[in-house]
Amino acid sequence: MDKLLSWMLPPGASTFVGDIDWIYYLILAVTGIAFVLVEVALIVFLIRYRKRPGRKATYIHGSNRAEIIWTSVTAVVVVIIGILSAPAWNKIKGREGVPPNAMPIGIEAKQFEWNVTYPGPDGKLGTADDFTIRGQLHVPVDRPTVAMLTSQDAIHSFFVPSFRIKQDAVPGMHIRVWFQPTKVGEYELGCAELCGLGHYRMRAVVTVHTQQDYDRWVASQAHSVAQR
Amino acid sequence: MAHAAAMHDDVMLPPSSRAAGAGVYNEKLGMWIFLGSEVMFFTALIGTYVILRFAHPDAWIGHPRTTPLNIPVTAVNTFLLICSSVTMVKAFAAAQDGIQRSLRLWLLATAMIGATFVGVQVYEYTHLIEKGFVPSEGLFGSTFYTMTGFHGFHVTIGVLCMTYVTIKAFRGKYSQTDHRGVEVIGLYWHFVDLVWIILFTIVYLI
Amino acid sequence: MATTATDTSAYTHDHGNAHVDDRPFIRKYIFSTDHKIIGIQFLIMSLTFLLLGGTLAMVMRWQLGFPGKPLPGGTLLPETYTNNGVVLPEFYNSAVTMHGTFMVFFAIMPLLVGVFGNYLIPLKIGAPDMAFPRINMASFWTAVPAGLLMLAGFFVEGGSAAAGWTSYAPLSARSDLTGVHLGQIFWCLSLIILGLSSIMGSFNYITTVINMRAPGMNWFRLPLSIWALFVTACLVLLAIPVLSGAAILLLFDQTIGTHFFDPQAGGQPLLWQHLFWFFGHPEVYILILPAMGMASDIIANGARKPIFGYTSMVLAIISIGFLGWGVWGHHMFQSGMNPTLGTTFMISTLLIAVPSAIKTFNWLGTIWQGNITFHVPMLHALAFVSMFVIGGLSGVFMAASPFDIYIHDTYFIVAHLHYVLFGGSLFAIFAAVTYWYPKMFGRMMNPFWGRVHFWLTLVFYNFTFFPMHQLGLHGHMRRIYDPTQYAFLREMQPVNQFISISAFCLFATQFLFAANFILSWFKGEKAPNNPWLDNGLEWTLPSPPPHGNFATVPTVYRGPYEYSSPHSDLDYIPQNVPTPGGAGAAHPQPAGD
Repeated sequence: MDKLLSWMLPPGASTFVGDIDWIYYLILAVTGIAFVLVEVALIVFLIRYRKRPGRKATYIHGSNRAEIIWTSVTAVVVVIIGILSAPAWNKIKGREGVPPNAMPIGIEAKQFEWNVTYPGPDGKLGTADDFTIRGQLHVPVDRPTVAMLTSQDAIHSFFVPSFRIKQDAVPGMHIRVWFQPTKVGEYELGCAELCGLGHYRMRAVVTVHTQQDYDRWVASQAHSVAQR
Repeated sequence: MAHAAAMHDDVMLPPSSRAAGAGVYNEKLGMWIFLGSEVMFFTALIGTYVILRFAHPDAWIGHPRTTPLNIPVTAVNTFLLICSSVTMVKAFAAAQDGIQRSLRLWLLATAMIGATFVGVQVYEYTHLIEKGFVPSEGLFGSTFYTMTGFHGFHVTIGVLCMTYVTIKAFRGKYSQTDHRGVEVIGLYWHFVDLVWIILFTIVYLI
Repeated sequence: MATTATDTSAYTHDHGNAHVDDRPFIRKYIFSTDHKIIGIQFLIMSLTFLLLGGTLAMVMRWQLGFPGKPLPGGTLLPETYTNNGVVLPEFYNSAVTMHGTFMVFFAIMPLLVGVFGNYLIPLKIGAPDMAFPRINMASFWTAVPAGLLMLAGFFVEGGSAAAGWTSYAPLSARSDLTGVHLGQIFWCLSLIILGLSSIMGSFNYITTVINMRAPGMNWFRLPLSIWALFVTACLVLLAIPVLSGAAILLLFDQTIGTHFFDPQAGGQPLLWQHLFWFFGHPEVYILILPAMGMASDIIANGARKPIFGYTSMVLAIISIGFLGWGVWGHHMFQSGMNPTLGTTFMISTLLIAVPSAIKTFNWLGTIWQGNITFHVPMLHALAFVSMFVIGGLSGVFMAASPFDIYIHDTYFIVAHLHYVLFGGSLFAIFAAVTYWYPKMFGRMMNPFWGRVHFWLTLVFYNFTFFPMHQLGLHGHMRRIYDPTQYAFLREMQPVNQFISISAFCLFATQFLFAANFILSWFKGEKAPNNPWLDNGLEWTLPSPPPHGNFATVPTVYRGPYEYSSPHSDLDYIPQNVPTPGGAGAAHPQPAGD
């Protein structure tokens, strides 16, 4: 239970961990300090200034100086948080953030499954050797993958917690989402936008391979496609 | 006793024994504020039209000039509605001057022109539906009927209120010292006219 | 006096209008135009919906804590809801949707705006009633069918709306995607009707505050509760029509075949989100501002000290009202909206933290060097401050858009929203109901059970919602019927269970409040005029005040927070008592008591 209630983020497996996690810890520190200061002050005041015989409250209406100080400090702190966060946002979600050598795939969400289209051995989407697999996302480690994300019906949301990536899949829109895994292994993909009765089981397995294993896997998939 | 107090107070001025407020009587202030909510409502509808049409022109299906809209007839209808605002102004002026006969006739004219406007709109709708232009006919169908339909609904409510005010006028309920109802319906009426001018321009002409 | 016009405009009552209401029962209590009665009508309606919303949350928490186990009493429900007592996904999605819908639109909003807006505004500004009493009556009686229509969704084929309280299109527009047809239609219709009720209320409140303040009640002598309710009414006036418009578009997509949100015909799903959240963000300020205002009144009273920084507090309320229009996109960071817009919304969202922070510091400043009485309303108001701080701070995490990528649509958001809406608004509502109960009903609520309810609620509430932060950090998505489908969530099930059990205890505790509320109505200690020794004008009147409120129009000499003033031996001076020794001063007497 102790570990479950930890304020630490669970381990991640993409480069976005480096881009995002520190922002969380920074905000945790800032808000944590604010929390302690405010709540402790509150409790101290409640004890110190409780009604007791012979006491009277101080008749004071405020302090302009205090207002100016705490307003400016708060404003400066939040603006700094904004400035520090902007680069990560542009990198992950901005058009220009997508690495030019990213491997393209297509992801179509529909009630209640994820269909991933792979470019096949030629590495190009939209050619004859493309193949589509349901419920499985296979990607190579240490290489960026960019997915063209869309939906067939309702709005879904592509969420891989270990990659720290989330992007809504909207019918009628094709939205680029990219990530670069850093650890070989198996992870989970879940839907993060209510999409109907099966929303809770709209799951897929994400497998991060070594480049070698990935190429092998692609070849075997292409082989079975060709056999059909 | 309360009535007696009312007779002595000038109801068309703000409440005298209250802290300084907006400088106008409650009903007028209330109508202006209510019209603020109406602005937001029509902004949502018209904004939707603008976004759907101009932000995604490639996805736009249906265009005013390829639909069977009768622009000349609607232009005349627009002119009629503007005339009804003029008659409304004349009615209010008559109320301010305490001229009962003019008040009644100008109010009656406003109500009748308003009803005509609605009638012409209904006629246009039946005509368009016959020609196959229905709300489900693409995005233009969706937006056209929603915007003009809700405007027409607001005019209809206006005509009903205008009729009520007209009847009250014929019963002599408005005087030079108390014609709040006339001013308040006037504000609503001018608003509804203004929305139509904007709608006509954006939906029919552009 | 039977001839007194029911249209009580201020002019006819310059000599004060307090009088005995001798109209028949139906005109006096059912179709009443008295703002106090209407406020109580909204109170009964809203508390009922609060209970219903809470019950639906229990269904959700049962399924989340004990997935696949039969719900107690579940076998009594129709087979479209449960299978051998086990909650079905249909019922779960419906519960999720209606819990949010009931709580936002039929509980918290009417409790703050319909109840306290109505009850407090005329009394606290020294007016005999609202500017438009008949429209006030219409406002309540429009809200009732809206509520019934929303409830009716549970009894039609397909069940109630099930697309979330945010009702995103195209899910909400297409019954083939939700399995719900009529229920979704009722949801739209109900909100359109409720919107009319809210708009009527809003222009009534605004006109009343602007035009009907008693002599001497200038703007900067208004209590913060009234400032907050005034700004809130402005937000309602301008935001609700946008929701009405959106709901109409959705209703048309559902019924007459329009294509606003239908991508296959060129419609835009994101259009729904923009319209909804353009309303939705001002809506959350509607849900917190009156709470902040009333908490301010109660905290100053409990601390026996003037509000610290009254002018700053007013400016903070106004700036929250303004800035609240410019942040809606933070609900749409991950929506596929242009990322550049995301950056601008991040900045505006971070900035809006500033006025809320100012208010928090001013509350602390108010109790600093006070002489604090811990009456039950004060306990709740202090809890409001302390819980709202947590909710506000958790908001900073999601304002930073890159981190929102991770926590959007997870339980971190659920934790945040419940800390501000329950920890914030609901604690303030408990404070306000307890505080103004004596004025409304002429009786005190039982203070012992009030304290028991307070402490148990505070503890169970934090046990319920605090761990949701951790669930969210672990990646636990929102609105999922069965978290055990995911390996990474299975390990968090003990947390889900703990939350559920705490939630059941929290829910059970509320029956203490309900019992206290109901029993005190009949058996509570009779209330004096001014049990809390407060400066507000309502406390100069009997409990409850007569129809028409003030026998003579009060004159106001000062603001409402003159506690522990050197001008008086008592530690409070009501607003309408002339300054001792000042012009027109009679022998200074505390009014009421």
